[in-house]
Amino acid sequence: MSSPARTIRGRAAVVGVGESTYYKHGQSPDREFVLVLKAILAAAKHAGIDPREIDGFISYSNDRNTGVRIANALNVHEMRWSTMQWGGGGGGAAGGIEQAAAAVAAGLAETVVVYRGLAQGEFGRFGGAMPRKPIDSLRVAYGMTTPATVYASRLNRFFHETGVSPDTQKAVSLASYRHAQNNPRAVMHGRPLSGEAYDASRWIVEPWHLYDVCQENDGAAAVIVTTPERAKDLVARPAYVLAAAMGHGQRSGGFIENVYDSPTFATAEFGPLAGHLWQGAGLGPSDVDVVQSYENFSGGVVLALIEHGFCTTENANDVLTVENLTVPSGRLPLNTSGGNLAEAYMHGFGLVVEGVRQLMGESCNQVPDAKVSLVVGGPMVTPATTVLFGTEEALA
Amino acid sequence: MILPEGVFPVVSGPDDLDRPFWDGTREEQLLIQRCRECRGWQWGPELICRHCHSFEVGFEEVAPTGTIYSWERVWHPIVPQLADAVPFVIVIVSLTDAPQIRLVGNLAADPLEPVVIGTAVEAVFEHHPDYTLVQWAKRS
Repeated sequence: MSSPARTIRGRAAVVGVGESTYYKHGQSPDREFVLVLKAILAAAKHAGIDPREIDGFISYSNDRNTGVRIANALNVHEMRWSTMQWGGGGGGAAGGIEQAAAAVAAGLAETVVVYRGLAQGEFGRFGGAMPRKPIDSLRVAYGMTTPATVYASRLNRFFHETGVSPDTQKAVSLASYRHAQNNPRAVMHGRPLSGEAYDASRWIVEPWHLYDVCQENDGAAAVIVTTPERAKDLVARPAYVLAAAMGHGQRSGGFIENVYDSPTFATAEFGPLAGHLWQGAGLGPSDVDVVQSYENFSGGVVLALIEHGFCTTENANDVLTVENLTVPSGRLPLNTSGGNLAEAYMHGFGLVVEGVRQLMGESCNQVPDAKVSLVVGGPMVTPATTVLFGTEEALA
Repeated sequence: MILPEGVFPVVSGPDDLDRPFWDGTREEQLLIQRCRECRGWQWGPELICRHCHSFEVGFEEVAPTGTIYSWERVWHPIVPQLADAVPFVIVIVSLTDAPQIRLVGNLAADPLEPVVIGTAVEAVFEHHPDYTLVQWAKRS
């Protein structure tokens, strides 16, 4: 008997997406667990399944809402899979899909929910000073205490080494806000951002203005992953997993991981992942119709796009413009729901939902006839993750 | 003093990996982890040498000089106690004796001065009652 090919290409598909209402941090009337349940129920309804059929539960970044609690609250028939990505914060956004695809492809679960819930009012803000371990004094004693201060110097080094302009970050931010104006779910819907307002906004930490930094929100998002056979029976346009990758290269992670000699300091850590991703899918960046790329900070998106091969350090200043990054006419439509900057910060999981919606033809900023959709998890964090989805045509 | 006293104190117990570093700063010495077997440098400190996997890792003094590898200027005060301390500059300093190693510190200069990557700097030991920070000043 021959063993199946060692790839997940086409062996799992997303069949439903859902989210709670998104709120500014501290403004959710619901408790975090309720937000998560609402997102999961919405995703199950979208997929046309009974939520009691869910047999796998996956999240990341130490999500407080365990699979066991959800399984029991929803009275699922049987739990077969429950995992959490180890470390990486928002880097886990795409990684949850990779785990789900692996579980489904291996026959270890049939119907898996991947989710992330955050109620920063109930449990505390993300953007403030982070909890510290003793070893963290090596940076914290000097004021490097927040995600923004941990990562900003990596971009300043990158701009110095490459000549890429910090204005590429502005294009990312403006594109997100422009897309959010067509998305009624977006917290920044009805609050457009002009280039002048971006320039006039206060610095948080150079090279980042206020609008380069993600929001802090309350909410939850979820997707349902199942087998390709079941997917075809359930929905008209499943989003098949074409490839996924997780990890980092040698000596990565930066100061937050107690690494002060990383050769990949001026990167987002996607170098080795992108190779695995394109090889696994048998595709390249020119085949991608639409990209969702995690914005903890706009600069991380610039790095992620370059490292995935959408442009080079030589032409980034010409390619990464607002016009090029926005629908309907841009060649590289980016963060089409408004993303973490302008839709909501669901630790990147809203980006997964949007990447799937594009293939289902259900985005509020629909890219016509989108067949291949990339979702990139948190840049500069480790392990980083990235996942490529495609329609049935993309699999052919 | 670049940041106000006591806002982000050094926290390091007797058994913590970075304790020899902080003890060294009290004597105005810059001590970095070095393998006793293969002589490789590494930072942050770890229980094993990443070069040769020996557990015989110790600390050795390096020259208190380096160059600015990167930087960031912090404007958001993060906590209310920093309201009068912003902006301040964090520098990432590549050490002269072990250039692959980069320490995080503050730049002892006008915080609004442009920061130039590659600038030569030297350590300034900033003594607090219970610990000593390693700050950096431009070398003349």
